[in-house]
Amino acid sequence: MTQDKPDKEPMGRRKFLKEGMWGACLAGLGATAGLTARHESHANLVWQIDPQVCIQCGKCATHCVLDESAVKCVQSYAICGYCDLCYGYLKPEPPALDTGAENELCPTGAIIRTFVEDPYFDYTIDESLCIGCAKCVKACAINGNGSLYLQVRHDRCVNCNECSIAAACPSGAFKRVSAAQPYLLKEME
Amino acid sequence: MNSLKTLLLISVLCSTVAWGIERFPPPDFEGGYTFPTTTTPAPDGVWHEWMDVAVLTAALSLGAYLVLKKRSRAWVFGLMVFSLAYFGFYRQGCICAIGAIQNVTLTLFDSNYAIPVTALLFFVLPLVFTLFFGRIFCGSVCPLGAIQDLVLMRPVAVPPWLEAGLRMIAYAYLGLAVLFAATGSAFLICRYDPFVAIFRLTGNVPVFVLGACFLVIGLFVARPYCRFVCPYSVILRQCSRLSRWRVSITPSDCISCRLCEEACPFGAIEGPEPQWPQRDFARGRAMVAFLMVILPVLVLIGGGLGNVAAPGLSQMHPTVQTAHRVRLEARGTVTDTTDQSDAFRASGRTPESLYQDAAAVQAQYVTGSILVGAFLGLVLGLKLVRVSIRRERSGYEAQQAGCLACARCYTFCPRERVQRKTNKELVGSRL
Repeated sequence: MTQDKPDKEPMGRRKFLKEGMWGACLAGLGATAGLTARHESHANLVWQIDPQVCIQCGKCATHCVLDESAVKCVQSYAICGYCDLCYGYLKPEPPALDTGAENELCPTGAIIRTFVEDPYFDYTIDESLCIGCAKCVKACAINGNGSLYLQVRHDRCVNCNECSIAAACPSGAFKRVSAAQPYLLKEME
Repeated sequence: MNSLKTLLLISVLCSTVAWGIERFPPPDFEGGYTFPTTTTPAPDGVWHEWMDVAVLTAALSLGAYLVLKKRSRAWVFGLMVFSLAYFGFYRQGCICAIGAIQNVTLTLFDSNYAIPVTALLFFVLPLVFTLFFGRIFCGSVCPLGAIQDLVLMRPVAVPPWLEAGLRMIAYAYLGLAVLFAATGSAFLICRYDPFVAIFRLTGNVPVFVLGACFLVIGLFVARPYCRFVCPYSVILRQCSRLSRWRVSITPSDCISCRLCEEACPFGAIEGPEPQWPQRDFARGRAMVAFLMVILPVLVLIGGGLGNVAAPGLSQMHPTVQTAHRVRLEARGTVTDTTDQSDAFRASGRTPESLYQDAAAVQAQYVTGSILVGAFLGLVLGLKLVRVSIRRERSGYEAQQAGCLACARCYTFCPRERVQRKTNKELVGSRL
């Protein structure tokens, strides 16, 4: 491309260098954008816990930037045994086998026990009470079917660029997943 | 008793490896009970992030118009407050251009990670605007800058040598942030973002304290984070040096009244500089020649220091941390275990494979740390060269790199006021 535009002032060495660097900067930005945009997936990413890797250490309850952690316990009903003697619900060696607060394992009483039919009970998590401490998850994994597990609840999570819980997670269970499939649910295979 | 313990141990091991074990087969209900499904509340829609990009573009364009054409501090201030409200308190400081440096870096180094297009735009757009109009982003759009600008009460002047010295913090911060992001260790900038806790009105106590400290310092030192710490400012400064259009203080001739210099809380306005006497000039030239010679030495020293720091820095990577801990436990140096080492053992991997992974990460750290160290040596050398060069200047000018495009100087310039007034009179007479 030739340009025969009459310049008002001759281009000095300094100006020429500056113009060249300006173009180079713009090209550099374009190249960076191009290189990074070349990657296949461009889905927005959100944080999620891989229940297979989680070791129920309890850091989810304490390390979230929110006052009330965005991590909550969820119940996989298809895996749950609906046991009368639920280790996720009751303390080890409880004073009595009933719904008294002194017998419950959950520190906030967030597990709701409902009678279904003899001898089965349905256990549901009250998310407004759950603090994501994973005490029930651990007990259910050790003594039960492992139907209780932790998940990042996306109606609460503010999706920090670096999740504080992920930075503290000792097992590397926190992952960036596609926002199109934001949960890693435990289901019956 | 022993057999019970063994049984318990086996069950613990099984439960941590496998999941959904059917110790108690799910019941067949007779009473027509239907299994509830686990609720999955959806995350914020993607539209929110595209709205952010749209607001960013609009704010940058409006900012450029207000600073360069309208030349009004009041309007720029208004836009700044809007940006603080929107990007800061409404969008809670995430997504942000400063943090996007790390997403871009991670994408370039980790093929498994892909940056969302919106985050890429947040990184690129402010830089493109800077190449054209100067640091509009800093002055009118960045919520971190805005919150500091709002608390500024009584700015004290920072001597130029101290300013240049403190700015090395920003270069080091950028270097480390890129190193940690490239190795996939941590997002340092997000972890120590001082104002995000204030935007969210919730967060970790140390980060809150950090933010409060910056704001208290910010009462007297204008925008301390922007000037001395912000890693994005390092890139913005270089783009701003080349920008097509930028803040120009006097539309007509400068009368050297110094009012603009007084008005600028960032020390970003430079006064007239007479030509050097011949003797000083010769001495200055010798100094620059000497500095150019020791520049490679500084780069080498920086690289060497980086090499020394590499093992320490690599502790930032979780794999290296775990390997370190597992090795200590295997040697018997420590008797207890941590969650991290327990989690590793539960994964069923061999320590040897962990050590191999850690060694690979550490090798990356050696290369990375040497490069970061050499970069810092180079920056230091160039800074020394820069402070030994004096350029002749006739009037007061906004610094090419340091000007944050806040438009304060316009308000104080008497020539500007005169021009404004005549403009108004012209408009008035026409009516």
